[in-house]
Amino acid sequence: MQRQVALIKQSLFDQGYLDEQFVELEELQDDANPNFVEEVATLYFKDSARLISNIEQALERGSFDFNRLDNYMHQFKGSSTSIGASKVKTECTMFREYCRVGNAEVFSLFRTCDECRCLRTFKQLKKEHATLRKKLEQYFQASK
Amino acid sequence: MAGEVPSLAESKLTALVVDDNLVNQSMHHKLLDRLGIKNDVVCNGQEAVDVHCSGRNYDLILMDMDMPVMNGIQATKKLREMGIESKIAGVTTRSKEEEKKEFMEAGLNDFQEKPLTISKLVSILHNLDFYVQT
Repeated sequence: MQRQVALIKQSLFDQGYLDEQFVELEELQDDANPNFVEEVATLYFKDSARLISNIEQALERGSFDFNRLDNYMHQFKGSSTSIGASKVKTECTMFREYCRVGNAEVFSLFRTCDECRCLRTFKQLKKEHATLRKKLEQYFQASK
Repeated sequence: MAGEVPSLAESKLTALVVDDNLVNQSMHHKLLDRLGIKNDVVCNGQEAVDVHCSGRNYDLILMDMDMPVMNGIQATKKLREMGIESKIAGVTTRSKEEEKKEFMEAGLNDFQEKPLTISKLVSILHNLDFYVQT
C-alpha cells in the first residue's frame, strides 16, 4: 500500500501536476494536524470550483469582461501556486495573458481571436484541474 | 526538516495574517503555528484596520497585496497613519519591480514573493530581527 502511495505521488510530480510547493505543504503536516494536506486540498478544490463556476457564468454572458475574468484568474492562480498545482497554474497564467492582450486590443477581429484563445485555455484548465482532483483523491484514499 | 526549524516558543510573538484567499489563510496560519507564533487571520485590509481599532496589536503582520474592500497597500498606509508600529511584511505573487516598490513605500518592513514557505518565513523573521536562536 505504501508503495502504491509512493507511486501515485511520484507520477503526480513526474507528469507535472504538482511541484515542490506540495512538498512544502506536506512538511507542515504533523501529529497535531495529521490530515493537513488533505484539508488544504479540499479547501482548494472547493474554492476553485466556485471560481470555475464564476468564470463560466461570466463567459456565458457573451460579452468578455477581461478585467473581471483576470480578477478571477488571479485568485485561481494564487490558490494553485500555494498548493503546488503546477499545470493548473500554467493554464491560469496563459489565460491571464490572453486577457491582458485582449483588453488592450483595439481591432474587434483580433479581440475575437483572444476570446477564442481564452475559451480554449479555460477548457484545458478545467481538464487539468479535474485530472488533478481525481489523482489527489486516489492519493489520499491510498494514504489512509 | 523538523530539527532545522527554529523554535520561537519562548518568544511569545504574535502575528496577523491578512489575506482573502482561503488556501493562503490556512497555509500561512499553519506556517506561523509551526514556528510557535500565535496568530489571527482576517480576510482583507479593512478587517486588519478594524481589528487594530478594537485594540488588538501584533508583533508581525503578513499582508497580502490584492484583496477586496481594502487592498494591502491601502491597509499598510492606513495602519501607519494610525501609528501602528508593528513589523509588516508584504506577501504577494506580484513580481514587477514597480509594484513591489509601491508596496514597500506604503510602509512595509519586508517583502516576500508567494508562495510562502518555512524558509521564506524564517527569512522574514531574520530580516525583522525576530529570529531567536534556541
